[in-house]
Amino acid sequence: MAEYQNIFTRIQVTGPAYPGVPLPATDSARKYTPTHVHLFGRLGDAQVGPLYLGATGIASIICGTVAFVIIGLVMLDSVGWNLVQFVRQLPWLALEPPAPSTGLKFPPLNQGGWWIIAGFFLSLSVLLWWVRTYRRALSLGMGTHVAWAFAAALWLFFVVGFFRPLAMGSWSEAVPFGIFPHLDWTAALSIRHGNLFYNPFHALSIVFLYGSTLLFAMHGATILALGRFGGEREIELAIDRGTAAERGGLFWRWTMGFNASFESIHRWAWWFAVLCPLTGGIGILLTGTVVDNWHAWAVQHHFAPSYPAASFNALPDPVYGVAR
Amino acid sequence: MAMLSFEQKYRVRGGTLVGGDLFDFWIGPFWVGFFGVTTIFFSVIGTVLILMGAAQGGTWNPWLINIAPPDLKYGLAWAPMYEGGLWQAITICAIGAFVSWALRQAEISRKLGMGYHIPIAYGVAVFAYVTLVVIRPVLMGAWGHGFPYGIFSHLDWVSNVGYQYLHFHYNPAHMIAVSFFFTTVLALSLHGALVLSALNPQRGEPVKTSEHENTFFRDFIGYSIGTLGIHRLGLFLALSAGFWSAVCIVISGPFWTRGWPEWWSWWLNLPIWH
Repeated sequence: MAEYQNIFTRIQVTGPAYPGVPLPATDSARKYTPTHVHLFGRLGDAQVGPLYLGATGIASIICGTVAFVIIGLVMLDSVGWNLVQFVRQLPWLALEPPAPSTGLKFPPLNQGGWWIIAGFFLSLSVLLWWVRTYRRALSLGMGTHVAWAFAAALWLFFVVGFFRPLAMGSWSEAVPFGIFPHLDWTAALSIRHGNLFYNPFHALSIVFLYGSTLLFAMHGATILALGRFGGEREIELAIDRGTAAERGGLFWRWTMGFNASFESIHRWAWWFAVLCPLTGGIGILLTGTVVDNWHAWAVQHHFAPSYPAASFNALPDPVYGVAR
Repeated sequence: MAMLSFEQKYRVRGGTLVGGDLFDFWIGPFWVGFFGVTTIFFSVIGTVLILMGAAQGGTWNPWLINIAPPDLKYGLAWAPMYEGGLWQAITICAIGAFVSWALRQAEISRKLGMGYHIPIAYGVAVFAYVTLVVIRPVLMGAWGHGFPYGIFSHLDWVSNVGYQYLHFHYNPAHMIAVSFFFTTVLALSLHGALVLSALNPQRGEPVKTSEHENTFFRDFIGYSIGTLGIHRLGLFLALSAGFWSAVCIVISGPFWTRGWPEWWSWWLNLPIWH
């Protein structure tokens, strides 16, 4: 057991930084001189930089910063511009969406208007960032799989912040900006609509969340366990199967009777990761619009468990005033 | 039968931890081994016990079948068979099967000259399960604190236990666990997409290399963790998600009995604010 288990890199070769695959002439130049960080090299690649900024990248960062600053300033305003209280109460502070009475109108700035403006800039920022993922792939002649995976996350983002509020007829349905406040929103949405656990699309989303974690644990562990055969050379092994790919495949075949290939495991990974926000977004979009109460819906469709009355004796319901 | 074109040369003797050559053979694609036998033993008994419990439960609707743990009044004692005893026996079978499976993975790793990363990773998931059905119930003093075995009944349990602490999202370990889960999905989507985008390039382009992968990520965010590093990161994120999940539930009850939102008052009351 006391042998090398490939948890960190023992030998680092230091050489000149790699400037990157050449870009098309229409692209701008890469920024920043690459450096090497020894500690990064212990776990992954030591080289940091260069970076491609480009117009969409810069625009995305500017829009994101505007949203971030608006959120911060509104929070600071909510504690009377007291910096100490700002830091103290930061996890509780929020930029809340407009009140229900506003509907889909544009309210005064201090009654949710800032929320709409911050949301607009944040939306612009993530959309520009999506363009960036798409164009960076094209410039290198690669597939656009990263962009479409990111689009799945954007689907969930726009469902909770835009499409569902639109369908419900009120911005007040949207998620507030803030650390604890967005958690409160999540719990409130679930309780208001009869417990989201009975929402089958929520269940699917959780399956893909845990499934992704399972897959990455299986895949990451397999590749690390194949370290002495060079298992991390996935591209080469997918095209020209070597002993690392054969052993990795056989491990799972002998364990559970089935194995993926060095290419197909990444298709499993991609779909599991993408389906997590995709199904989650469907589940949220249906909540309150198509189905008002998921528990009632589950009872109607015969999948809500009922329990013998005796099992409630352990904890009397305080509503009925039964004391122990 | 069921053998891949290159498989024959890998099907050699050895690597077992227990039993020597006794169970060192294959059935179809499956390698058996001593722990394969114990896995089957525990799974078959456990499944039969679940079916027994289902037969007594009054429904064969798969969403509703429920094997409840014993009532709290039984504490840590054995409960009568149809009052939680089945749950206790099924739990023993599950742990037996899970541990057997991990040891069988270790034997297969040895047979193929691989590291032990997979059984260790699987061990973290088993640890999280044991935390839910053994460690926490023992710390709380009753098997009744375990979760019921049923598709929607276990969701009810998660919901009810969560609301016992008012708002479980405020549990700091739960926050860490959820963050790791989400980050794992993000990293998995990026890794899967990056490899697929190199292997499936634009029309007419040759297949790309790992230098393209590195270049894409450096262009994109200024850093590429590399082909080996991403698997270290992914394994770390995934195992951290499981580990902190176990932590977040084991501290709820044994170490904190009030609402989780209240826990944060230490932060509001730090002396530095005055």
